[in-house]
Amino acid sequence: MSTVVGAHKQRTPIRPARVLLHTFLVLTALAWLAPLLWALLAAMRPYGETSEKGYVSWPDKLTFDNFTNAFTQSDMLHYFGTTLIVAVPAVLLTLVLSSMVAFYVSRFDFRVNLALLLVFTAGNLLPQQVIITPLYRLYLLIDLPGITMSGKLYDSALGLVLIHVAFQSGFCAFVLSNYMRSLPHELTEAALVDGASVWRLYWQIVLPLCKPAMAALATLLSIWIYNDFFWAIVLISTGENMPITSALNNLSGQYFTDPNLVAAGALLTAIPTLIVYFVLQRQFVSGLTLGANKG
Amino acid sequence: MTATPAKVPETADEPTPGSAPTAKPAKVPHGHQRLLTRRDRLTLGLMAGVPTILHVALVWLTALASIALAFTTWDGIGFDSIRWVGLQNFRELFTNNPQFWPAVEHNVIWFVVLIVLPTPFGLFLAVQLDKKIRFSRVYQTAFFLPVVVSMAVIGFVWQLVYNPDTGLINSLIGANKPGHYIDWIGDPDLNLWAILVAASWRHAGYMMILYLAGLKSVDPALREASALDGANEWQTFKNVVFPTLRPTNTVVLVVTIIEALRAFDLVFVFNKGAQGTELLSILVTNNIIGESSRIGYGSAIAVVLLVISLAVIIPYLIATFRKERRA
Repeated sequence: MSTVVGAHKQRTPIRPARVLLHTFLVLTALAWLAPLLWALLAAMRPYGETSEKGYVSWPDKLTFDNFTNAFTQSDMLHYFGTTLIVAVPAVLLTLVLSSMVAFYVSRFDFRVNLALLLVFTAGNLLPQQVIITPLYRLYLLIDLPGITMSGKLYDSALGLVLIHVAFQSGFCAFVLSNYMRSLPHELTEAALVDGASVWRLYWQIVLPLCKPAMAALATLLSIWIYNDFFWAIVLISTGENMPITSALNNLSGQYFTDPNLVAAGALLTAIPTLIVYFVLQRQFVSGLTLGANKG
Repeated sequence: MTATPAKVPETADEPTPGSAPTAKPAKVPHGHQRLLTRRDRLTLGLMAGVPTILHVALVWLTALASIALAFTTWDGIGFDSIRWVGLQNFRELFTNNPQFWPAVEHNVIWFVVLIVLPTPFGLFLAVQLDKKIRFSRVYQTAFFLPVVVSMAVIGFVWQLVYNPDTGLINSLIGANKPGHYIDWIGDPDLNLWAILVAASWRHAGYMMILYLAGLKSVDPALREASALDGANEWQTFKNVVFPTLRPTNTVVLVVTIIEALRAFDLVFVFNKGAQGTELLSILVTNNIIGESSRIGYGSAIAVVLLVISLAVIIPYLIATFRKERRA
């Protein structure tokens, strides 16, 4: 390795600085992962062993028993299901609706464009608590007999989907409108002259070109909506109907005497987001910084 | 909330060169409009109308309703029990609520801590990782992992660290024996700071990513010129790189303020905002899912939160959109 470095001597700064930097980064990264690793260690030890030997001790054996117990006892599969019922439609609807708004704002010069975009963007920046009280009341008021299990918008997956879509479309409309604005106008202009309908412009010309931005936003939205805690805590009352992160809150109350089991449950809850992140890392990061480095 | 992490349009601060030709140069309408048929106009109306109605109804009308309800008392049972009380809720809030001012103070502390500690640290990490070093991806992932995981899950993970009996810290420093407990979560002098460690842990990774993106857009020629002039690393950063990060700094500031105002999940999981960890968001929520439903009063707190948020959001968006128009 030293020869390689030697060959590029002019390009590489002095080596001791690099060694120092790597040492610093390795130590900091380990410190950063420590809480998660600690949770993992706790989750892999039986409660009996830790209560006897203490938590900071050499483990006799590491098992996945806590994970299987947390998974089966707390019916986690069911909660993954309730989360999917909310997250999948919410992500798809948000993308469709916000791309329509973005198309409208970015491809046509209507007078309301700027105002519309401001309304969407500002709405997304509000803290959720600003709107929760009337929203909660509204959800209790809206009767949907036969459509939702609760007969109301309150305590239903539909209610969660609607608020996720309404809230998140602000961010997506803004990002997508910027993206669409960077597509050359000639593209759609020529098609319009040829008599293509507005819908065709949107569906067959503009949308396919937005795939990279849509993929990035889809990754981001899936993680955000999966991770949602607040809306579900307030707008869902039946424990059974809760999405997974809020359901975890109930489970931990149930199993608080066994921290190892709670650790296993928390880590299991995090697994889907970690998988999405590791598989789609590039999309996720580019979504967060979309535009800052040109998507 | 996501824990919705605050998402802020970074885009506008870096108008892409490609957007220049398509942005409206003058008030001349594009050829588009003239070609639209009636059916096209209807389609467009629906495409913009449906999402707008959903967004305005659920976000902005409810925000307005919060303002209206803040001037009433209501127990939530039937509309005829709504009673107009003028400024009474606010008067009571400002003078007579033992939790309100501590909550405001904690929100302010939350912001100050985030902007003073993890934000510069995130910038520092970004600068280090921007040096084209090996394993950069691995380091980035380690620092960024907390941003991916739900705030609620983070709350549970940190409870394992802070648990008086079985937690990592007390076990390491030997404070886990009865009589020697350090109760990180229960002690009102400690718990806010304990939670802020967890919040900072997450925030640093988030800031690192934003700054990494900002650093990528710094023109390498600038740095080379600075190196040729004999500037050392710190001088280059201070005089050349940092000034070009201004747009990123604005985004970072807005994100951090909004994160501080939105802070909720971590605290709720930790101790539901009891004793020492009150936050405005928690007070609002307690008025809904707590046993006593004082809607007017809860709305008054929400209005305080709304006013502070808008004071940040409006100037930011005006500046952002103005810049975009010029581009």
